[in-house]
Amino acid sequence: MAELTYRDAVARGIAQEMTRDPDVVFLGEDIGKAGGVFKATVGLYEQFGPLRVRDTPISEQAILGAAMGAAMTGLKPIAEIMFSDFFAVCFDYIANEFGKSRYMSNGQLKCPLVVRTGNGAGSRFGAQHSQSVENWCMMIPGIKVVAPSNPRDVIGLMAAAVRDPDPVIFFEHKSLYPTKGEVPDGEIVDRLGAAAIARPGKDATILALALMVPRALVAAERLKAEHGIDCEVVDVRSLVPLDTQTILGSVARTHRLFTVEENPRLCGWGAEIVSIVADEAFYDLDGPPVRITTPHIPLPAADILEDVALPTVDRIVERVRRSMQS
Amino acid sequence: MAKIEDRATRSKVAASGLNDDIGEEMRLRLFRSQVLLRQAEQRAFDLFLQNLVKGTSHLSLGQEAVAAGFACAMKPGDLSFCTYRGHAHTLARGVPVEKVLGELMQRDNGLMRGKGGSMHLTSAEHGVMGSYAIIGAHLPIACGAAWRAQYKGHKDVSVCFFGDGTTNIGAFHEALNFAVVWKLPVIFVCENNLYMEYTPIGDVTAVKHPAADRAAAYGLERILIDGNDADVVYRAASAAYEKARAGGGPSLIECLTYRYSGHSRADPAKYRPEGELEKWKERDPVKLYRERLKQFGVAENAITAIETEVQNIVDAATEACKAAPMPPLDILTTDVYADGGFAWRN
Repeated sequence: MAELTYRDAVARGIAQEMTRDPDVVFLGEDIGKAGGVFKATVGLYEQFGPLRVRDTPISEQAILGAAMGAAMTGLKPIAEIMFSDFFAVCFDYIANEFGKSRYMSNGQLKCPLVVRTGNGAGSRFGAQHSQSVENWCMMIPGIKVVAPSNPRDVIGLMAAAVRDPDPVIFFEHKSLYPTKGEVPDGEIVDRLGAAAIARPGKDATILALALMVPRALVAAERLKAEHGIDCEVVDVRSLVPLDTQTILGSVARTHRLFTVEENPRLCGWGAEIVSIVADEAFYDLDGPPVRITTPHIPLPAADILEDVALPTVDRIVERVRRSMQS
Repeated sequence: MAKIEDRATRSKVAASGLNDDIGEEMRLRLFRSQVLLRQAEQRAFDLFLQNLVKGTSHLSLGQEAVAAGFACAMKPGDLSFCTYRGHAHTLARGVPVEKVLGELMQRDNGLMRGKGGSMHLTSAEHGVMGSYAIIGAHLPIACGAAWRAQYKGHKDVSVCFFGDGTTNIGAFHEALNFAVVWKLPVIFVCENNLYMEYTPIGDVTAVKHPAADRAAAYGLERILIDGNDADVVYRAASAAYEKARAGGGPSLIECLTYRYSGHSRADPAKYRPEGELEKWKERDPVKLYRERLKQFGVAENAITAIETEVQNIVDAATEACKAAPMPPLDILTTDVYADGGFAWRN
């Protein structure tokens, strides 16, 4: 057991898989010699060499297209798109290619690749380098979407993503890179499609993802201490496949549902989950589900504005308290 | 009509004999391939008129020499990446006519059992790694397949076909730069048929030759060839493959050709200047090659035998497709994910 940053966990997770399988290759902008703009891939170039860790031009379409062509023909590429906002310039591969080639070819083509990307706000980068775009990907059939909230999950889910036979979009949260967590020694392999109960509780279920998980956990402690409300915090971890059994099971015990989403309001992942719960567990609910999200706005650069845009611990506490006590 | 600049190559072809560097056996293959592409595409058009080909279709009538020349110069294991105008390139790799027509007719005997359609013909076992309907998307994908060959020390090449219109989209330029920087064994083949869709390519492009005139920007040789002469195409393809296999990196080849039909089945091609189509038909690739075979001493009855054999194949395929059932409804949700299904939740 060792304490590791989320940032170092990224490099360890990739190294674990590249050591295991010589067909795992890694490409992206500034990932090699520079060690990544977020320093999340330091040491990989030195360890695995320039043939397996390849720096690319600023050509996001070339990066994702090349990853797909390599995946189709036998490699297991990990591609980095530096900021998830840049998905918009290479979205053809995510929306039209990765998840459709197997279906359109009636199973002849495969696409086992991982796209890892820096997602989310908190760095005061403004509207084009701060977005949470996991919902852009969640809506597309044929691809899988994960977003780890802690260093252990970064390694375990990275291993699961690399070993998965389908294309996986791997959202790393930029504001989590410096955070630390306990990580077991040796190989860590998780599985996709499993949510985790991060904090058991009996009064309400709070679903959260990535950066919103630690905030939901702090909020849950305050709700318990200050208001006597015992919340269960579920780290959704994997949007596709979605672990609805864990979510529905939690709602069946607590009878209340809150989602904490960093994405702007419309079509956030929580909306889909609320609809599933409404369809399948309506009579388990003692009150209306509540979505706590970023307002439907582009993100501002200024720290005092960005801080109030995202769901804060205060906002989570207040919203849950108000709903539970009404 | 565009002028073919590569006069030297053409005169060399005319001066050579049947058993030159290409040889009789390959010449007969090149001819048969072009005849098959011509007849299969013509049949696809006829079946469309009978309302048996559904959806859209983009024919390569008039462009057969490009597909035949590049495919005949390939080795087994080489990979083709095509566009929505991909019937000819798919057939040229040896995919059965019945499988292609079946897909166009959206029958269960189609290459992808009707799940892909005319624009996405794929036959991995023949090295046809997909037909891509988003302009430019497959150039980077071909780079990735070539990267795999380079990384694994394999000797196959990836060949990526696209139209003149593709040269104005970003992915074209990203892929060219990427392929050169990584020195990938990939061949980019531009079929310049003079029209992007309905608009003449010259009206919307900064240079006269949309691919060849951009080669220098990526440190590549400017290669502009007569795409209606299968011998010229075959030689250019062979040279590019050889270079790629030897580790010499990518090539960009612009083939001048012409499509006889509109962009798609919805397009009557009324934008063409009067006489243009007729002028190109004078240099029809199939006719040109037939005459060359005769000039080289191949007997008329040997040529006719090939045409008849192909006719029989296309006729039999047509009847088989007409008799084939529609796909069963249970394939609607198969092969979304690698487990064979479409489950996104537990």
